[in-house]
Amino acid sequence: MTATEKGQLVTANRLRDGIAVFLTRSGQWSEVIDDAALALEPQAAAALELRAKDDEKATLVTGAYLIDAERREGRVRAAHIRERMRALGPTVRLDLGKQAEGKGAGFAAPEGV
Amino acid sequence: MYRYDEFDHQFVRDRTNQFRNQADRRLKGELTEEEFRPLRLMNGLYLQLHAYMLRVAIPYGTLSSRQMRQLAFIADKWDKGYGHFTTRQNIQYNWIKLEDTADILDALAEVEMHAIQTSGNCIRNVTTDHWAGAAADEIADPRPVGELLRQWSSLHPEFSYLPRKFKIAVTGAPNDRAAVKVHDIGLRLHKNAEGAVGWEVIVGGGLGRTPMVGVTVRDFLPEHELIGYLEAIMRVYNLYGRRDNKYKARIKILVHELGAEKFKSEVEAEYARRPHASTEVEERELKRIAAYFAAPQLEKLPRWSAAFEEAKLKSPDFARWAKNNLGPHHADGYAIVNISLKPDGGIPGDATSDQMRVMADLAERYSFDELRVSHAQNIVLPHVKKDDLFAIWQALQGADLAAANYGLAGDIIACPGLDYCALATARSIPISQSISRKFANSARQDEIGKLKINISGCINACGHHHVGHIGILGLDKKGEEYYQITLGGSSAENASIGTILGPGFAGHEVADAIETILDTYLKLREPDEEFLAAYRRVGPKPFKEALYATA
Amino acid sequence: MPLLKNNTLISDTWIHAGVDGELPNAGDVIVPFVRLLKEWESLSQRDGKLGVELGNVDRAEALSMFLPRLSAVILPFPAFNDGRAYSIARQLREMGYRGELRATGNVLPDQLQLMLQVGFDTFDIGERFPLSTWQQASKQMSLAYQRGLFRRGSEAEIWTERHTDAEPWLEQPHAG
Repeated sequence: MTATEKGQLVTANRLRDGIAVFLTRSGQWSEVIDDAALALEPQAAAALELRAKDDEKATLVTGAYLIDAERREGRVRAAHIRERMRALGPTVRLDLGKQAEGKGAGFAAPEGV
Repeated sequence: MYRYDEFDHQFVRDRTNQFRNQADRRLKGELTEEEFRPLRLMNGLYLQLHAYMLRVAIPYGTLSSRQMRQLAFIADKWDKGYGHFTTRQNIQYNWIKLEDTADILDALAEVEMHAIQTSGNCIRNVTTDHWAGAAADEIADPRPVGELLRQWSSLHPEFSYLPRKFKIAVTGAPNDRAAVKVHDIGLRLHKNAEGAVGWEVIVGGGLGRTPMVGVTVRDFLPEHELIGYLEAIMRVYNLYGRRDNKYKARIKILVHELGAEKFKSEVEAEYARRPHASTEVEERELKRIAAYFAAPQLEKLPRWSAAFEEAKLKSPDFARWAKNNLGPHHADGYAIVNISLKPDGGIPGDATSDQMRVMADLAERYSFDELRVSHAQNIVLPHVKKDDLFAIWQALQGADLAAANYGLAGDIIACPGLDYCALATARSIPISQSISRKFANSARQDEIGKLKINISGCINACGHHHVGHIGILGLDKKGEEYYQITLGGSSAENASIGTILGPGFAGHEVADAIETILDTYLKLREPDEEFLAAYRRVGPKPFKEALYATA
Repeated sequence: MPLLKNNTLISDTWIHAGVDGELPNAGDVIVPFVRLLKEWESLSQRDGKLGVELGNVDRAEALSMFLPRLSAVILPFPAFNDGRAYSIARQLREMGYRGELRATGNVLPDQLQLMLQVGFDTFDIGERFPLSTWQQASKQMSLAYQRGLFRRGSEAEIWTERHTDAEPWLEQPHAG
């Protein structure tokens, strides 16, 4: 039984196509939120953010920011419904977006709604 | 319909090339995102939750079959096979790539369309009555003025960096279907006692965070003075509108803070001060444009269509659709067909590329090649022979476009909300779907009668919830969605802003709450009294009691 | 700092004076608007050309009595998307001002053509973009719908162009 880790990750939109992406441990940008590097401490989060700012300058991504999230059994879940939506696609069109392309996260966006 | 001449063609070509260059420079890093954002917005390109979104203008809501087919083509080639018709007579594509956008703009230019100024702090796509040129109650077709304003406002060098966005609506009919009183500028055509026509100029209406009904600054402006006078209004706003606070930057706040009289005197002073060149060119331009909007060659038909009456007798479903979805045409033997994009449980305003092509075909065959997009997110075939209505209905049925709920509880206006929109605080579409399912029973909808339900997923109010008879506003409370209900709003000639009823509801409670409100209405209404009239008679009290008493 | 004028780089020959402090005896000088108000009498009798730097919250009409004596007006863009100076520029031109009208502050190539159209003729452009970018940006649109704008050489005013001849559009069959 793995514990739940709570922390922050960096998300942005890819500049050329606008797709929501997440910064990974190797410094790449992945469309899958489960690949995201989860910073458990503020210092680590700041380092991730700095890295993202470089990639903004390099015109890879735009609008990078930190979000609260948790990792459990290898799956990452964002704290806010808006971010869960970005990690999946529209809840009213399950046939579209990451959820339909095998890039979705391991949760449903509208839990509790 | 308006057709581009060589100048219009050159203009959109230049504009597309300019954007191609700007997008290239952004991708190369020569422009920062902050610098690029207003440039892309003024070409309709947003960055939303899942991808870029492109908002294409459908000027004053009019388009041809060819243009509709091109919209379908764009949906298939560069998006995911559908589009979303908006509350401002635009269409939005949700899955666009920045690197494709200039090509899409080229494809639009091919059919005399563009995405110019569908966003940004500039003068937005001018909207009007979706029944323009067809309505029985119309004084004159407002679209020539709509087109004149489209041209005048396109890349206006003085007014491209306003304090905030700026929306103009125009109506040529006494029954206001263009919501002119809740726009930054609303223009209403009317006749004076001598029978001459002029424009009432209404300024400072709007929704959003601070909903307001506009004030009249000129009661009867002669048509040839329109451009000069609007320039004076725009200049006063550009110079003195607030830029320190985004939420106080719309012209309605300036009008409110200065006071209507002071605002008016600033405008009049500016108008008087400006050198008044002859308006002969504008007048000739308006005449040139108006020629394109000449009425189609309608046949002289009897008012009574035997084929239509017979079909209604044979098919109760058709009869119900005909009762709800047709509008009165000014010519005998013709009707206005309102195609509802609100199937039971569907997404308001969404249409697939196949549906777009079906509607384009119908327009070509039965409606002089013309379609309209309404601010209620429906499609209109403006000039249809009553004899053809049954055939049209059958074709619509085959394409899942025959929802017979026009103007009823199922005809819900909703913004995209948190499912797509980066600004939203809550989802709108699922709320709309749950209400739509609850009232899917047609007899019940008919019993309730005329009703406007509007849903917005944030305070920016793209779903116009303040002017819904029933308005629903989605908000965020500590990461959870909840919904506030307002009653008594209207965007028509008797415009009013709805009143908040009480504490909000969780998403799954909203449809039940609406049902309680409507059950209350059914109990207290007088014969033939519509919801809004009943609410205005009794006020919020009985609805509050019904909703909150049991809690 | 280089200035852009007529699509070429020129150097700024004006002396920029502050709100107070000594003015040089000769030479062309640009003063802030408050100083113009305060020292109008001495300034107007000075040798050399006189210019003023206006704020974008100042009213154009406040300059009207000074305009005949002014050879340069500088209008600021505190941010590229603060559009107030577009209106002030146009107002000054409508008041008959024909001298130099200079845009300063956050001036970027993508707004250059709009600035030219409302009557700016000189631009404080900094060194971020090469001259070729500015030159290209100044002519991206070959046409404008609005009348009464400032335009150069090849730029056409659509409504005027359409209606210079007799009305050929009357012949076109395009009903419906």
